[in-house]
Amino acid sequence: MNIPQDLKYTKDHEWVRVEGEVATIGITDFAQGELGDIVFVEVETEGETLDKEETFGSVEAVKTVSDLFMPISGEITEFNEEVESNPEIVNEDPYGKGWMVKVKISDTSELDDLLDAEAYQELVG
Amino acid sequence: MKKLVLDQVHQDLGGKMVDFAGYNMPVQYEGLNAEHLHVRSKVGVFDVSHMGEFFVSGEGALDFLQKTTSNDVAKLSPGKIQYSCMPNDKGGIVDDLLVYCLGENDYLLVVNASNIDKDFAWLDQHRPNTVTLDNQSEAWSLFAVQGPRAVQALQSLTDINLAEMTYYTFERGAFAGAEEVIVSATGYTGAGGFEIYVKNEDAAAVWKAIFEAGAAEDIRPIGLGARDTLRLEKGFCLYGNDIDDTTSPLEAGLGWITKFNKDFINSENLKKQKEEGISRRLNGFMMLDRGIPRHGYRILNAEGEEIGVVTSGTQSPSLGKAIGLGYIAKGYNAEGTEIFIEVRNKQLKAVVTKPPFVK
Repeated sequence: MNIPQDLKYTKDHEWVRVEGEVATIGITDFAQGELGDIVFVEVETEGETLDKEETFGSVEAVKTVSDLFMPISGEITEFNEEVESNPEIVNEDPYGKGWMVKVKISDTSELDDLLDAEAYQELVG
Repeated sequence: MKKLVLDQVHQDLGGKMVDFAGYNMPVQYEGLNAEHLHVRSKVGVFDVSHMGEFFVSGEGALDFLQKTTSNDVAKLSPGKIQYSCMPNDKGGIVDDLLVYCLGENDYLLVVNASNIDKDFAWLDQHRPNTVTLDNQSEAWSLFAVQGPRAVQALQSLTDINLAEMTYYTFERGAFAGAEEVIVSATGYTGAGGFEIYVKNEDAAAVWKAIFEAGAAEDIRPIGLGARDTLRLEKGFCLYGNDIDDTTSPLEAGLGWITKFNKDFINSENLKKQKEEGISRRLNGFMMLDRGIPRHGYRILNAEGEEIGVVTSGTQSPSLGKAIGLGYIAKGYNAEGTEIFIEVRNKQLKAVVTKPPFVK
């Protein structure tokens, strides 16, 4: 299973890439594998400022649906249009083309609560 | 949790294993959509050995099955199969099943894995002493070879003329070196094909032989996930989702297997229900707005009033559209009726559509 070293993770199987004040968020390789074929990703919170652990969207797969939770507090500045038109790229490239939203980080100290690659690896076994 | 004879084989094939009806079952291998489309276009194999097999024999076996199942068992002759259900005495369904006529007063019942214990207890309770009820579920494996290329994939393994077998018939004989095999022209996919019943001791060899013989047809293993989407595209009921101990066979659209020319458990009440009319019916529907219906979601009318509940739903891999089944109140059952599905606090538009969704 692919768990890149340079990313942060949540127990809800999301990943976070931090670049300055901006965090890019997606779901992990483990998550896409568990969900199976993804049919669409719904994010209707663009422009909203949400708290950590609030729902910012959902992922519908053939078999099941899963909420997307904010790993950190911040403003959703962008939703990946590619994911909206070609949801299968989340299955194919969860850490790359399959990213979901960009967030302007409200409080960088929250980043310390996220898991590193090793801790996430332990979580998913 | 119980294991299939081929548990390790599935894991070696990359099968993702999940608990289903107490069995560790492969839910998918390469991916649900790819597996689904492969069965529709070519041929695939499902290991559905979790299904239950009961042998019913002895004097009075026919009468016993006439009483406990809703379809007319007297219509069967050796080699013929019938889809049926076992009504309970409270208006619902104990299970749906296949009835195989092996000979005079000699039958095989194939029941859902999740209901094996319940079905056995129910049948045993109504069984006369002259009838033997033998639960052989643990002794048999079952491979469903489904898809338009099934005949070509399997013919080299048997002398039975597969192309000549008609739907809902079976043959007993040698298959892939195994002596005691039941080859049944049935399935749960609507894609054509066969269900192969083999003794557990022959399961590994027969599975291997099927893949060798079918290699030229690109035969592939298929998981339970695709089995569910394939059956839903055809509008086939799934026990525990669309039918259960509380749903009437008439409400479920199973009137065609509920025969009132004979007496069976609860037939008087069901007959009355038929005469008086049902207040809800299992309907198919197709989503118009983007969203996927799931079991338990509410069905609403344009005014937002609850008129029913979703029992099955998925994104149809063949159509690229979301489809579902659900019980809908009288008055909203006609094809083309606009309904709304409450998907995660949103009311999404859908339209009543008569299955099969995929012809």
